[in-house]
Amino acid sequence: MTTDTLDNASTADSHHDSFGDNHDHKMTGIKRWLYTTNHKDIGTLYLWFAFIMFLTGGALAMVIRAELFQPGLQLVEPDFFNQLTTVHGLVMVFGAIMPAFTGFANWMLPMMLGAPDMALPRMNNWSFWILPFAFAILLGSFFMESGAPNFGWTFYAPLSTTYSNGSTAFFVFAVHIMGISSIMGAINIVVTIMNMRAPGMTYMKMPLFVWTFFITAYLLIAVMPVLAGVVTMLLTDTYFGTSFFDAAGGGDPVMFQHIFWFFGHPEVYIMILPAFGIVSTTIPAFSRKRLFGYSSMVYATSSIALLSFIVWAHHMFTTGMPLFGELFFMYCTMLIAVPTGVKVFNWVATMWRGSLTFETPMLFSIAFVILFTIGGFSGLMLAMTPVDFQYHDTYFVVAHFHYVLVTGSLFSIYAGAYFWLPKWTGHMYNDTLSKWHFWCSLISVNLLFFPMHFLGLAGMPRRIPDYALQFADFNKWVSIGGFAFGLSQLIFLAVVIKCIRGGEKAPAKPWDGAIGLEWTVASPAPYHTFSTPPSQQDIDNADQHGH
Amino acid sequence: MGKHKLTWLVLVSLFANSAWAETQLNLTKGVTAVSRDVYDLHMLVLYICTTIGVLVFGAMFWSIAFHRKSKGAKPADFHESTKVEVLWTAIPIVILIAMAVPATQTLIAMEDNENSDVTIQITGSQWKWHYKYFDQDIEYYSVLSTPRKQYQNQQETNVVKGKNYLLEVDKPLVIPVNKKVRFLITSDDVIHSWWVPAFAVKQDANPGFINEAWTRVEEPGVYRGQCAELCGKDHGFMPIVVEVKSAEDYDTWLNEQQQRIAAAASAEQASLSASMSKEELMQLGETTYTAHCSACHQPTGLGLPPAFPALKGSPVATTGSIKDHLDIVFNGKAGTGMQAYGKQLSLKEIAAVVTYERNAWGNDTGDLVQSADVKAVSGEE
Repeated sequence: MTTDTLDNASTADSHHDSFGDNHDHKMTGIKRWLYTTNHKDIGTLYLWFAFIMFLTGGALAMVIRAELFQPGLQLVEPDFFNQLTTVHGLVMVFGAIMPAFTGFANWMLPMMLGAPDMALPRMNNWSFWILPFAFAILLGSFFMESGAPNFGWTFYAPLSTTYSNGSTAFFVFAVHIMGISSIMGAINIVVTIMNMRAPGMTYMKMPLFVWTFFITAYLLIAVMPVLAGVVTMLLTDTYFGTSFFDAAGGGDPVMFQHIFWFFGHPEVYIMILPAFGIVSTTIPAFSRKRLFGYSSMVYATSSIALLSFIVWAHHMFTTGMPLFGELFFMYCTMLIAVPTGVKVFNWVATMWRGSLTFETPMLFSIAFVILFTIGGFSGLMLAMTPVDFQYHDTYFVVAHFHYVLVTGSLFSIYAGAYFWLPKWTGHMYNDTLSKWHFWCSLISVNLLFFPMHFLGLAGMPRRIPDYALQFADFNKWVSIGGFAFGLSQLIFLAVVIKCIRGGEKAPAKPWDGAIGLEWTVASPAPYHTFSTPPSQQDIDNADQHGH
Repeated sequence: MGKHKLTWLVLVSLFANSAWAETQLNLTKGVTAVSRDVYDLHMLVLYICTTIGVLVFGAMFWSIAFHRKSKGAKPADFHESTKVEVLWTAIPIVILIAMAVPATQTLIAMEDNENSDVTIQITGSQWKWHYKYFDQDIEYYSVLSTPRKQYQNQQETNVVKGKNYLLEVDKPLVIPVNKKVRFLITSDDVIHSWWVPAFAVKQDANPGFINEAWTRVEEPGVYRGQCAELCGKDHGFMPIVVEVKSAEDYDTWLNEQQQRIAAAASAEQASLSASMSKEELMQLGETTYTAHCSACHQPTGLGLPPAFPALKGSPVATTGSIKDHLDIVFNGKAGTGMQAYGKQLSLKEIAAVVTYERNAWGNDTGDLVQSADVKAVSGEE
């Protein structure tokens, strides 16, 4: 059992803990995990949950790719196909990427800030433990008479209201619970960062990682209630006779899209800003050089967050917006390229004339910078309204957001996981196996997503269960890439399990170029860290800003 | 041995019917001034992005190649430079402005819906398009014409798919060449999106609202597109085909349509007094059912509950009155996917399909429905 191993590992090493483990009386077995208020335990729970959801969403995607392997309907009916794409999207966004980042926040923020724990530990417990229920409802709907939600993860009305298959209520409740969990998690992050910083750690001394989570948490608090609002309107439209999105009752289906994307666009930054934080930690470490332009990184992240509130309608250029609206949203969207460019340039400048080594976290980080930037380029292309009329709702868009979310967010999560696994488990992981994971993922992910650009440009719409014959060749390759990428992720599972069970003992700081307070505590990190605050010397040494 | 066989099979299946020559990699240039502008804009941005990519990734790979620890690289000390930061904020802004100018010009041209020569109303519904020519009294539905057995491959595996598989319809939209054609786009149920790549026209069809778009096609020909907005189960099966005809051919076509409509009207009138035999009704009923009803209610009559209920053994099609049954088919059922077929099918077809539903799959009611019965229901509106 991994639970026991983790348990043993941390108790066995607790003598390293100079911060007093005398009040370290945690429960054992399942109760430890159910009742825990410890940020490290909760971080672990989030990370495992995210990984399980990632495999679940991946399994759904594999069925999608199997159906699309060749023209014709071979495996699933179109309606079930729509359920697969919908739940795949929801599970990956709300079940895999977001909880994984919350897991990182829980594990790392207190240690990076020199704080003993998160500010609101009981709420922390609750925000995790309602998540499994949300996903039980969502995934359970597959086994109900109605079937799972089949209206796309964007659940446009009236397809999700009047014309839904009856899954709307369960979908709405599941999203509500996910939203409550996210809001509580975000409040906890904000309060922790504002109140729990070690004395002497000013805002501009915080690691950039902390900054990105700080800003992300504000985005979450701002937009999650909007999501809750829109799903509630959906619920009352479907079951209680309101007409928010029904023209026959004076409503407007396009208003749904405005509200949804007012949540949805900041949401995509919620899933990428923490990624920026992670690679801004790993790249300097393996370049053995301080992060280039720390302040400009903080300002760039903030600008991206602010701009994210005034670009939402670029998802809606074909809905019949007035010319002025189209121009406004096109210009604002193009503007996002500026701060995003600054970040990419800063990473490259950090590597420039560094002393580079290529451990697995660095490999994932480099792949992140290149592939995320490719996703950024296609994003810039999509921002151009006239051309967006051609790209919109095609596989070009599918390629774009998978480059950003898979080779962006997910690759950063892997970079972070490989970076901090020694700190979490106390063991070095199998280097060869982790490199296999990297190279298999890198090759297959590009085979999976790059040809989608061509499919979209050639005119293949997204969310279709069958396609015209000219799209057959690329779909075949994409499907093969999909299966290979899915299977490659099992290598990661093997690496992690092996690493938890044993392996070479990890020193407190396994990476010679790494800076940060988390490296001043033992590996594995003791159950309680920083019961007494770190010294000013340690804080200054951990300062990414430089002097 | 078995392993090798499998590998071999996989490889063969990969390259079987590969038609790489036909595979399109890039956006279409299309056949209108707007679509060419859009294409040029697409290429402009693509080149700019590629150039930036080569420079940035080039710098990165330079570091990866030469600034590595294994080559004895010592880390430099710099980690800030306001000058550089200002520079790489300002340069992208200039590039963006250079892109925004032509984009704005193209967009203004695209949104100029004035002074059209022909106006056509396009209405999407699950899962077909309806075209209505203003001032011409011509209107008709356009439905996928690829036979079901070509795509339902669970049952039928060896059916050869046609050249325009899933991109063919029974009645295409016909428009004249070199004329400004304005489209008024709306929907009867969920949101659809009318997209023809060769015209660079993609416009959502929103229920209860009307969107505008236009095109001026420069070359006669047949152009194909698809619904671009997820609209339910058969979203992948509602293609768009546009036939662009020369001025004379277009006029001829208009005349033919007028005649066809007149003939249909008199046939409709004649069918009122005619009485069809059970065989005739069942035969026409089955054809109509397959074309219009089977996507939801399934060829077996078992439907896809709960969204699309079964007709086999259903009270509506067995014990219920013929009048109620006709009412649902004719007027549709509000709040569900059941459309009003009164305006889509002839009286004769509705009579036949209701007869078919009341007698197929063991629903042996023995009921016969004639056009006059349908007319009676329609009169009560």
